[in-house]
Amino acid sequence: MAGVVLIAVLVVLVVWAIALYNNLIGLRNQVLNGWRQIDVQLKRRHDLIPNLVSTVRGAMEFERDTLTQVMEARARAVTATGPADAAHKEGELTQALGRLFAVAENYPALKANDNVKMLQEELTSTENKVGFARQFYNDIATKFNTSQQTFPSNMFATMLGFKPAELFELTGESERQVPAVDLSMRKG
Amino acid sequence: MLVFVAFLFFLGVGFDLIFVGGGVMPVPIGSMLALGLGGVSAWSSYYAGDRAVLLSSHAIPIDQAALPAPEDAKLKYRQLEDVVEEMSIAAGLPPPKIYIVPDRDPNAFATGRDPQHASIAVTQGLLDTLNRDELQGVVAHELSHVRNLDIRLMTVIAAMVGAAALLSDWTSRGLLFGGGGSSRSRNREQGGGLFGLVLLVIWVIAVLLAPIIGQALAMMVSRRREYLADASGAELTRNPMALASALAKIDEAVDPTVSIKQGTANLCIADPLGRQIGLREGKWANLFASHPPMAQRIAALRQMAFQQ
Repeated sequence: MAGVVLIAVLVVLVVWAIALYNNLIGLRNQVLNGWRQIDVQLKRRHDLIPNLVSTVRGAMEFERDTLTQVMEARARAVTATGPADAAHKEGELTQALGRLFAVAENYPALKANDNVKMLQEELTSTENKVGFARQFYNDIATKFNTSQQTFPSNMFATMLGFKPAELFELTGESERQVPAVDLSMRKG
Repeated sequence: MLVFVAFLFFLGVGFDLIFVGGGVMPVPIGSMLALGLGGVSAWSSYYAGDRAVLLSSHAIPIDQAALPAPEDAKLKYRQLEDVVEEMSIAAGLPPPKIYIVPDRDPNAFATGRDPQHASIAVTQGLLDTLNRDELQGVVAHELSHVRNLDIRLMTVIAAMVGAAALLSDWTSRGLLFGGGGSSRSRNREQGGGLFGLVLLVIWVIAVLLAPIIGQALAMMVSRRREYLADASGAELTRNPMALASALAKIDEAVDPTVSIKQGTANLCIADPLGRQIGLREGKWANLFASHPPMAQRIAALRQMAFQQ
């Protein structure tokens, strides 16, 4: 009798462990996919920037510095290696773009240009997509981590070889700051 | 949902007892038949429903709508495409197809049986009235309907409402032509007693009111899913206030959305017909509304914004 109970308990445990394992694998793949989605969106942003710069160059003769900064930041971001480095350099690029848009506000000809509006919408959207891709990654990674760390799966998750996924955070101090825009440039 | 199943079960069992002769067959023939018929009609709408809905609302695919538009209007279409893509990234879903409904009233709906076959349609009026953030909120709401599989849920419910209506129809015919008379007296001899009689009266009332009760239950489910879609939409954008202000703007536009038929109402952002229902608040008026009162939805979203 005791043997039957023991076997029943074992069977239940094994079935549960299989379900847990499959669930975790599914989540882990979603996490990986979420991470790749961020890369896809970053790549898109890199592709868009030369377009934007060449469109606004004519009207923004006096803002060579701002434009060069954007192009340099882009060049650095493209060659970034590893997630931490990429996060840092992408942050710099975001800042440079923010400055460009802030400065572009001072050029009525640019603001009225349909091409520029379209490009600006594209870039805003790409920024948003990067943001939402990170949000989705963090959501799914948190879900993955929670299902590993809650009782009773925490007793087996490590045994089955699962590690918690790293959340996406802003790394450098510079990224936490709001980009400072020097408004005196208007006269230059 | 459970109430619904229980209600249908009650109708079905009663029907079988009286018309089929409950003692003879343990299988609920009548209700199975009704559910089967209701199921067939719902099943076809499950697979072909999205095309039918898009066709009946005269929706145009966005690339066709954007083609003849002037440059400054193209920006709006582009914005919509971008916003939809952003939200599908945030939800982790494949991007749905986008349609434009040439209608001045601001409204939007989602359709399609699963996330892989989903479409989102917005009216021209919605594009014209909302800013980018508000548009994002509305798209997030619609995409949440897709993600929460509300289309599937409402299809199942439509099948059950259909089944209840069929049972009711059969019963009233049966009572009218006296077909049920003899079997009913036979049943009373079997079960007998006051209790059986009371149950019979309740059942007859229930079965005659079945289409109405079924509709009310379906709308109750629909209203709950609206609140859920509002909340999960806000979870996607992390910006409940944008959806709240979009809802306020949609509420201000008083024209009914003529090109969206009532059958689609469940999946719209706002009830295409019943703006006046929103004015008369109170339990009775809301019983048959597919959407909760706008003021309550906005209040719920505002509360979310404060909790952040």
